[in-house]
Amino acid sequence: MAEEKEPMFSPKNIKLLTNPINVDNPITKQVLGICSALAVTVKLEPAIVMSLSVLVVLSFGNVIISFMRNGIPSRIRIIVQLVVIAALVILVDQVLKAYAYNVSKQLSVFVGLIITNCIIMGRFEAFAMTNKPWPAFLDGLGNAFGYAWILVAVAFFRELFGTGSLMGLQIIPDSFYEIGYVNNGLVLLPPMALFAVATIIWVQRSRNKDLVED
Amino acid sequence: MQELVNIFVKSMFVDNMVFAYFLGMCSYLAVSKTVKTSVGLGAAVIFVLIITVPVDYLMVKYLLAPGALVWLGPEYASIDLSFLSFIMFIAIIASMVQLVEMIVEKFSPTLYASLGIFLPLIAVNCAILGGSLFMQQREYQSIWEATSFGLGSGIGWFLAIVAIAAIREKIRYSNVPAPLRGLGITFVITGLMGIAFMTFMGIKL
Repeated sequence: MAEEKEPMFSPKNIKLLTNPINVDNPITKQVLGICSALAVTVKLEPAIVMSLSVLVVLSFGNVIISFMRNGIPSRIRIIVQLVVIAALVILVDQVLKAYAYNVSKQLSVFVGLIITNCIIMGRFEAFAMTNKPWPAFLDGLGNAFGYAWILVAVAFFRELFGTGSLMGLQIIPDSFYEIGYVNNGLVLLPPMALFAVATIIWVQRSRNKDLVED
Repeated sequence: MQELVNIFVKSMFVDNMVFAYFLGMCSYLAVSKTVKTSVGLGAAVIFVLIITVPVDYLMVKYLLAPGALVWLGPEYASIDLSFLSFIMFIAIIASMVQLVEMIVEKFSPTLYASLGIFLPLIAVNCAILGGSLFMQQREYQSIWEATSFGLGSGIGWFLAIVAIAAIREKIRYSNVPAPLRGLGITFVITGLMGIAFMTFMGIKL
């Protein structure tokens, strides 16, 4: 490349990484990737594995699409993007089946559903198609982290209050149970994930008035 | 016959795509602002599901499952192509969606205009791919069971999006706390509806 190169971590690139974590969060602001965010958050472990899988698919997919951006005819771009995603997801799925079989069983169809995770298509369309590979990689990382922290936060509360443990280890001591503390079974049911995300949205938007919808 | 009805009712209410598995949430949240467009999108989802689930069923049975290629000859019996299922499913879904798009554009240009970007996005609607993946995972016995599952989950999704759209049309006149407006309150309502739908959970079919 002959042109003057931007430094690897210029302020603009740092913004790409940090914006999606808070103000431009994929889940609470862009409304992308809700399905899997809600469904895999009963326990912390699958939530973390799911976030890692999305991280891999999103960042590498962004880079691949960004390398190919000038060669993709716009009429068939959706199918090209889908093929790239599907290939990456098949890789992730096979690796999970080989090295983390139990988690892969818990995630069941949701690994395959990373293909239709709107975060990935959304970022391909909105960013990777028009930007260079390095910023695209950072954008992928940033969005994946934004997605991950919501997942981990929701899963943390649901596992802690639902089963009294984290990552399968008991956190709330037995003495609590003896004086009458009871695990809240309601937290484990699917609808509670929605309330948890709604609470995060509420907190985030009341701290940052710009995000409020009219 | 009874088995078919059971699968139909079960996929519509007990295993409702939206409330039990959170599938298709993105378009569910984004298109549910008015009843009219959500009826259109719901109908498109039913249509796509009822085609793709049986087609994918045949795909699994004669191409992808372990030993499925045996009809080509006994030497193919040991081939297992199931790792290819994601890419096959998504290809079939994408082409079906293209077909639906052309049909809608021809017969109902107003609906086509109001659905806008969300029609092509059905291709990446998790409810559609989820339908095929659940079909593969639950190992339905015949193509009729697969079709009944596809129809049931399509109608379940349709009911869910029309219901939330009706509530959102009404809630516009309510005094919701500002930070919860729009997305937040929709999450809360969906959660409450999910609790209501959980009453079906105890039903054994």
